Amino acid sequence: MKLAEENLGEHHLDEKEVQDVVVRFAGDSGDGMQLTGANFTEATALYGNDLSTFPDFPAEIRAPAGATFGVSAFQIYFGSEDVTTSGDALDVLVAMNPAALATNLHNLVDGGLIIVDSGAFSAKNLAKAKYAENPLEDGSLDAYRVMTIDISKQVLEAVEPYNLGHKAALRCKNMWTLGLVMWLFDRDRNPTIASLGAKFAKQPEIAEANIAALNAGHAYGETAELPSGVHVYRVPKAKVAPGTYRNITGTTALAWGLIAGSELAEVDLLFASYPITPASSLLHELAKRKDFRINTFQAEDEIAAVCAAIGASFAGTLGITSSAGPGIALKAEGIALAAATELPLVIVNTQRGGPSTGLPTKTEQSDLNMAMFGRHGDTPMPVIATSTPGDCFDVAIEAVRLATRYMTPVMLLSDGYLANAAEPWQIPDTSQFEKFPVQHHHDAGTFKPSLRDNKTLARVWAKPGTPGMEHRIGGIERSFETGDISYDPANHQIMTDLRRDKVQGIAADIPEQEVCLGETSGRLAVVGWGSTFGAIHQAVKRARKEGVAVAHIHIRYLSPFPANLGKLLSQFDSVLVPEMNTGQLVRLLRADFLIPAEGLNKVAGQPFKIGEILAAIHQQIAAMDAVEDVEDVENKEDKEKVS
Amino acid sequence: MNKPLGKLTLKDYTSDQEVRWCPGCGDYAILKTVQKLMPELDVPRENLVFVSGIGCSSRFPYYMNTYGFHTIHGRAPAIATGVKLANPELDVWVITGDGDGFSIGGNHMLHVLRRNVNLQILLFNNEIYGLTKGQYSPTSQPGTRSPSSPEGSIDAPLSPCAVALGSGATFVSRSIDTEAKHLTAVIKRAHEHHGASFVEILQNCPIYNDGVFEQVKNKKTAADFRIELTHRQPMIFGKEGEKGIRLNRETLELEVIQSAGNEDQLLIHDETNKVQAQLLATMGGEHFPVAVGVLYREEKATFVDEAYSQLQKARGTTGSLDKLLRSGHTWKVSN
Repeated sequence: MKLAEENLGEHHLDEKEVQDVVVRFAGDSGDGMQLTGANFTEATALYGNDLSTFPDFPAEIRAPAGATFGVSAFQIYFGSEDVTTSGDALDVLVAMNPAALATNLHNLVDGGLIIVDSGAFSAKNLAKAKYAENPLEDGSLDAYRVMTIDISKQVLEAVEPYNLGHKAALRCKNMWTLGLVMWLFDRDRNPTIASLGAKFAKQPEIAEANIAALNAGHAYGETAELPSGVHVYRVPKAKVAPGTYRNITGTTALAWGLIAGSELAEVDLLFASYPITPASSLLHELAKRKDFRINTFQAEDEIAAVCAAIGASFAGTLGITSSAGPGIALKAEGIALAAATELPLVIVNTQRGGPSTGLPTKTEQSDLNMAMFGRHGDTPMPVIATSTPGDCFDVAIEAVRLATRYMTPVMLLSDGYLANAAEPWQIPDTSQFEKFPVQHHHDAGTFKPSLRDNKTLARVWAKPGTPGMEHRIGGIERSFETGDISYDPANHQIMTDLRRDKVQGIAADIPEQEVCLGETSGRLAVVGWGSTFGAIHQAVKRARKEGVAVAHIHIRYLSPFPANLGKLLSQFDSVLVPEMNTGQLVRLLRADFLIPAEGLNKVAGQPFKIGEILAAIHQQIAAMDAVEDVEDVENKEDKEKVS
Repeated sequence: MNKPLGKLTLKDYTSDQEVRWCPGCGDYAILKTVQKLMPELDVPRENLVFVSGIGCSSRFPYYMNTYGFHTIHGRAPAIATGVKLANPELDVWVITGDGDGFSIGGNHMLHVLRRNVNLQILLFNNEIYGLTKGQYSPTSQPGTRSPSSPEGSIDAPLSPCAVALGSGATFVSRSIDTEAKHLTAVIKRAHEHHGASFVEILQNCPIYNDGVFEQVKNKKTAADFRIELTHRQPMIFGKEGEKGIRLNRETLELEVIQSAGNEDQLLIHDETNKVQAQLLATMGGEHFPVAVGVLYREEKATFVDEAYSQLQKARGTTGSLDKLLRSGHTWKVSN
């Protein structure tokens, strides 16, 4: 299906009370927009809105100041109802320089609010952003509400008492701006003040200057003469389930999920990885957590990382490796060794735009084919995917469970969006988790390396160091009976079938596919996997509000599929599959279930917008209506002919 | 089999698998030497782990009645590092060849050596690819005629010991497949060393590269083309010990001299001298003997020891998952 976008038609800032708002802080890489966003997020969570955030930073580490390719942005969508995406269009754009305005203006709704630092709109910066005329003066922003403030000047005045020097003083610009935006949405500044105090504990004058800037920005909102229609907006609190919450990114949730998995499996972990964007942050998070049953190893390359993980698994620890697409490709031979020797292994793929180096900092879900088929030989492997930042926690636990219970490599698919995006997360009660303790084999009397569980078909896990169970495993085909090398043709058939049956058997050990919104049958099911969850969910919700009979089905288990998935999908007249690739899941669904599923595909390095999926739902329904109209006419004509 | 450690013999370290090397392969001799040595090492058999890559030599673990892992081409050092990180108590041996260890797996060899992971690496160097039927390898002499180099190979060969030294190896040694006594002594020293121990074993491939080490191995010529290094002893060789090695201090090159009358000029072997070890590693050819024995050793912190000391520090307090999930800013929502 062709990608189109529907304007959700919301002009949020016309009222004093608004249901939801999208704010984007954009500036130079050095302007501290990520920190600004993080503080605003925290204040918003504490205020009681539901929210979702998305940091969008450039691939360049330190781009030249003022360059369009150096713009770093942080987007937050918050509101009074469940928020599952970081928002389609912007209501408020904070642009710290002309480049930030130029690269983000197209996403601002008509009537949206622009806050600009006019002090940064110098001839030089305008030229860098390719503006022939100053947009603040040529009338090109007339469709918007614009607050043109010389923030640089305001900040220098506010922090003057701290004698920081010009450059250091200007670094407080982001906090001044944050203060103003906090005033705009009535957020509490105290948590930010506390965190600034902690962050700059060793440089109290810097902390004080930043706090002064924050307060000055807030005071500006209270006292300055503002453009008409700009005032404090009230966003009602969201109704959320009672409990204790925190803000969490996908990376943190995934790391903590792996730790939780190790506790539930009662097994040590070795996390072996090689740095790659956007997967490295998982290594960073786990490297800090060695007080748990986890060790981390930065290997010399991707291949060494997967191999060290496999070595650890052979030795009785659960090996985990992590990368993004290009790195996962390098690990393929190792993954197949784990499959052949039936050792547990978790591979985390934080997908990014491909092929090759592609778009390293942008999101995509184009590695599903590789996860399913990207190995030599007949090498089946369970594949599961995360759908939201918080979901990363549960899926990581599930990956550990499947790998250890079935003695198999497991591919866990995340992506660049989920890794960096954050949302409020209800902290689970860990005492309620069901344990799945690993059983290393200890009975030398019954031991042989080919011993397996009749139900799961999992091979025995025998640790070196255990007396009387000395044995050899390896990549050469192993005898089903003894585990020794076997070139026997019949045995290879048995072992190939066994590897397939073992992975397929997992379908009986995972939950049946549920419909997450809507009925279990009807005219249209929108079927997704991975990080498209949020946008699909909102689009289906809006369509249902309009009375459209549409359901949302989100697939966590991609290999094997849940046992009932085929039947469930066959209960819908049509199936629409939005994916951030050229149609990888849709092809699987068509092949496995022989259903005429339709793809909706986007590979722009950016997540789907709600409006894009909503447009596709409308298109699909309209197309079905048209066909039915034709059929009605034909039926009528047929009846007339008969009579 | 629950015999006490001291009572184990070669047979206890021999697996029930049929050995499938070609008749006359040097690997047989190495296997026997290693199996024979095992009972002397004072390591519980269940703690021995042999890890290999791909190639003729890499079939080795299948024939050892210990824990063993025959993995993928070139990756044995990486897999062995994972084994050792998971359980530092294990006594890990990497079995590899010139192609496995220095061609497809060169990168891992470099890093396992520089990290100084506490394990033994036995590199069977036959200067040829055997299992794929005789192509030239990264240690083949220039001009080696093979199915993939019918006009003779044009690659410059590398010296495994020199590369190991360049990688920062803390134990570098060389021996010969059929010299059981010498090989046993060298492997024993390698095992005693705390760190990554590199043993290059000159190994004859009777099918594809027969006699490539003939000069060094043949009893008739060995005395003139092999020098056995002994720590703190002068470097002399020849049937009667009539020749010796001297360092030309102007050109910084080694020279062969008459030993008699030149005793004060003879180079004294010092296992801790890295510069000298580099000269010895590449010594050979028409005019020089090949050095065997321990070329170099140094005591240095090992990777896994360091990793575990960091772990122990971190685990001074056991992490609580519940506390971790509730760390940082949280907020309560009540009914």
